Amino acid sequence: MNFLEVNDLKTYFFTRWGTVKAVDGVSFSLKEGETLGLVGESGCGKSVTCLSILRLVPQPAGRIVGGQILVQGEDLLKKSEEEMRKIRGAKICMILQDPTTSLNPVLTIGNQLMESIKIHLGLKGQKLRERAVKMLEMLRVPSPEVCLENWPHQLSGGMRQRVVSAIALSCQPLLLIADEPTTSLDATIQIQFLRHLRELQWQTGLTLIFITHDFGIVARMCDKVAVMYAGKIVEMADVRDIFNRPLHPYTEALMKAVPKLEEKVERLVNIEGEPPRPYALPQGCTFTPRCASKKERCQPDQYPPVIETKNGHWVRCWKYV
Amino acid sequence: MASLLEINGLKKYYPIIKGILFKTAGWVKAVDGVSFSIEEGETFALVGESGCGKTTTAKAILLLEKSTAGSILFCGQEISTLKGEELRKYRFSVQVVFQDPFSSLNPRMRVGLIVAEPLMVNSDLPKRLIEERVEEVLAQVGIDHHAVGLYPHEFSGGQRQRIALARSLIVRPRLIILDEPVSALDVSIRAQIMNLLKDLQLKLGFAYLLIAHNLATVRYISHRLGVMYLGKIVELGPMEQVYAKQFHQYTKALFSAALPSHPDLIKDEIVLKGEVPSALAPPSGCRFHPRCFSAMDICSEVEPELGEVAPGHHVACHLYGD
Amino acid sequence: MFAVRGLGFLNFLLQLKRYLLKLKSRKFPIIPGSIISLFIFMAVFGEILSPYPATKVSLPEKFLPPFFLTKGSMDHPLGTDMLGRDILSQIMAGARPSLIVAVAVLAFGGLGGTALGIMSGYYGGKLDVILMRAADSTIAFPIILAAMLLAIILGPSIQNVIIAISLIIWARFARVIRGEVMSVKERDFVALARVAGASGTQIMFRHIFPNVAHTMVVMLTLQAGYTIIVEATLSFLGAGIPPPTPVWGGLISRGREYIRIAWWIPFFPGMALALIVLSFNMLGDWLREIIDPKLRQV
Repeated sequence: MNFLEVNDLKTYFFTRWGTVKAVDGVSFSLKEGETLGLVGESGCGKSVTCLSILRLVPQPAGRIVGGQILVQGEDLLKKSEEEMRKIRGAKICMILQDPTTSLNPVLTIGNQLMESIKIHLGLKGQKLRERAVKMLEMLRVPSPEVCLENWPHQLSGGMRQRVVSAIALSCQPLLLIADEPTTSLDATIQIQFLRHLRELQWQTGLTLIFITHDFGIVARMCDKVAVMYAGKIVEMADVRDIFNRPLHPYTEALMKAVPKLEEKVERLVNIEGEPPRPYALPQGCTFTPRCASKKERCQPDQYPPVIETKNGHWVRCWKYV
Repeated sequence: MASLLEINGLKKYYPIIKGILFKTAGWVKAVDGVSFSIEEGETFALVGESGCGKTTTAKAILLLEKSTAGSILFCGQEISTLKGEELRKYRFSVQVVFQDPFSSLNPRMRVGLIVAEPLMVNSDLPKRLIEERVEEVLAQVGIDHHAVGLYPHEFSGGQRQRIALARSLIVRPRLIILDEPVSALDVSIRAQIMNLLKDLQLKLGFAYLLIAHNLATVRYISHRLGVMYLGKIVELGPMEQVYAKQFHQYTKALFSAALPSHPDLIKDEIVLKGEVPSALAPPSGCRFHPRCFSAMDICSEVEPELGEVAPGHHVACHLYGD
Repeated sequence: MFAVRGLGFLNFLLQLKRYLLKLKSRKFPIIPGSIISLFIFMAVFGEILSPYPATKVSLPEKFLPPFFLTKGSMDHPLGTDMLGRDILSQIMAGARPSLIVAVAVLAFGGLGGTALGIMSGYYGGKLDVILMRAADSTIAFPIILAAMLLAIILGPSIQNVIIAISLIIWARFARVIRGEVMSVKERDFVALARVAGASGTQIMFRHIFPNVAHTMVVMLTLQAGYTIIVEATLSFLGAGIPPPTPVWGGLISRGREYIRIAWWIPFFPGMALALIVLSFNMLGDWLREIIDPKLRQV
């Protein structure tokens, strides 16, 4: 059985300028212990998808209007707020891009870390402290005992991100969603963090969803990749398939637009135009205006259906219909 | 022939002021003895992690900060003593594009005015000529001329970055400092801007000082690079040479930390121990020695100087010293 | 297309026009707006339009009640005071000195405080420290006491009232604007202007001021009500604008002892005062609301 199954998820934002279909029919599945990379540019809906899984979509403008989110067979969309609160932090956790704003500046690290453990695991006193220290050790925080007494501003960016992860992982969640967790980190710190995360994953069997725009992170960390554009997943495959044989023109173009350290090219390939404004998306394939492969077969009033090739590699593009 | 820009022993210390009487309690040595040069028409990249001093170096070149020591020569002339007409000429020669496209443009000014400002402040050109130049540079960066009457908020991040670039082009500079010019942009837009930068350099012949942390981006457009760590340059050389073989342990770690471009290219990365120390109290001797896997006794006592290990390729490390 | 010189101010005016046009569509608070318009109208034309000269004494007509009570009439709709002067006319005439004081105080104290705040924030250093200490001490000092002291030392007159209140109000503007300037000056376009070689003055006019102007406008509206109240309080205490100029504070003060037999003498001026101040505050709140979220879009 799949650990996580998202079926036809739709999350819309109702604003005075119109309806934004932030997530418009997203489906994917994950097995336990797998790492999914949710790739796309800003505004494609990757963050909102994950907020929907946690049912933390900002209200009242945002609302999940359809679909299913099955975690170990149970539909999260059918749960009450009370039940969701038990799930958040305990079963599913999220870490965000900026560790500075994720930490309360007036509480010590120990305070924040132990609060989470206390709520979800009910530990007290000495046992509570021991567990907090163990979490920091797991993320290779030097001198964890001292760190507990520190305030967030005394730590560097990399350290803060580890602390935030420790808080997220302290209750042994089954699924961790990481929203661009290394964007604000330096390169050498980023690699430390990613390696530790991987190690942790192997030790605990954690399922991971990485939200990112960086194919480097995808190559380094992910088993499966879903590429999103304007609220829909346009291609999904195993990581090697995506890199070896990208099917969707957007995926292809995106990969060609990114400079690679290992090979020197004369020219990066431009993607013409800009990512679409979210308010008035056309009915047909939303990538058409920027697509290098567009032809008459690209029907203007229908979105291309899901076409599956081998190994669970599927794509939504008229080229393959 | 003199280099376009020559930096020698540049130092910038920031005092830490404590107490009502404004006493100096210590110094943050943001830049502590940096030397490099940039030739006409080339792209020189300054690479390093946060706190290494690359932005401070750029600010000193732009005269946004007064250097504490050392010299900055532009076409052989020391810039810190420039005044009047000479200073104006310098302002025309060196421009900058910053990282954040949303902060670079005054939201209360129309684009036409924003682009024209450097010319208006520094010259007495008649209005019509200025307008012509504005249209010229906007065309060069691919922005429609109707933009002159619009406000920044009507443009996307990538377009704003082009406008910022147009503004720097209007004075026909000889050196443009690019401070992380594409980091804040969407991935698909980055390629557009990178290509634009390359094309403009080929067409108009100016030099770039590129400050960036993404080595792939750096390799794409740079001819030479300098690696900075805690206020000093640890390695310096032609891009392809440094890419082919890094000498300094820190450079090796930086290149190793670059994410792979394909899952099959995952390598066992060098993971440095510890974190970057504070610039308030840098380690003695070689600043990198506490984290270096090859540290020797001498490393904690004597600071290494930049020495040539290959043609045009310099490293500051005792492993290669005499 | 765009002006080559004098850009900062012209830009600001153009911006203002754009804002004003957009303002019209955004739930403009009609009642406070009308009250304020009425206030300004009365300040300008009150003397001409009032049914009686405000200072016309008429002893046989003293203590006449307002029209809706017995013995009252529409001759004197709001009644007369202890010397037979028409209350309505006095209220109408009293609008002018209040408005003059408010405008003058906001011009000197408000704009002056803004200018000082911009310089303080932009240059920083010792200038900043000195100005902010001065501002802090001014704010710490009780305003009424300060104004009274000044009135006693300099003698009561409309100029001294303006000076007194301006000296106290400038600090609020200076501090708030300085705070804004500190964040505006960190934005890259200011650095870019410096790289372009613009002088400090040019930068403050062209880049800093237009980006703090919205805060200044909101403050002007909110402080207008405050200024009017302070002026009225001073007149109430006898340290404000001296008679025979009819001022609301003075009217209330004189009417105090008659409140049991002729409550309308202090009541109507008091009502007028309350309405104006409330209207300015509501207008200021509305302005703040529409300006702030707009900024987030812009």
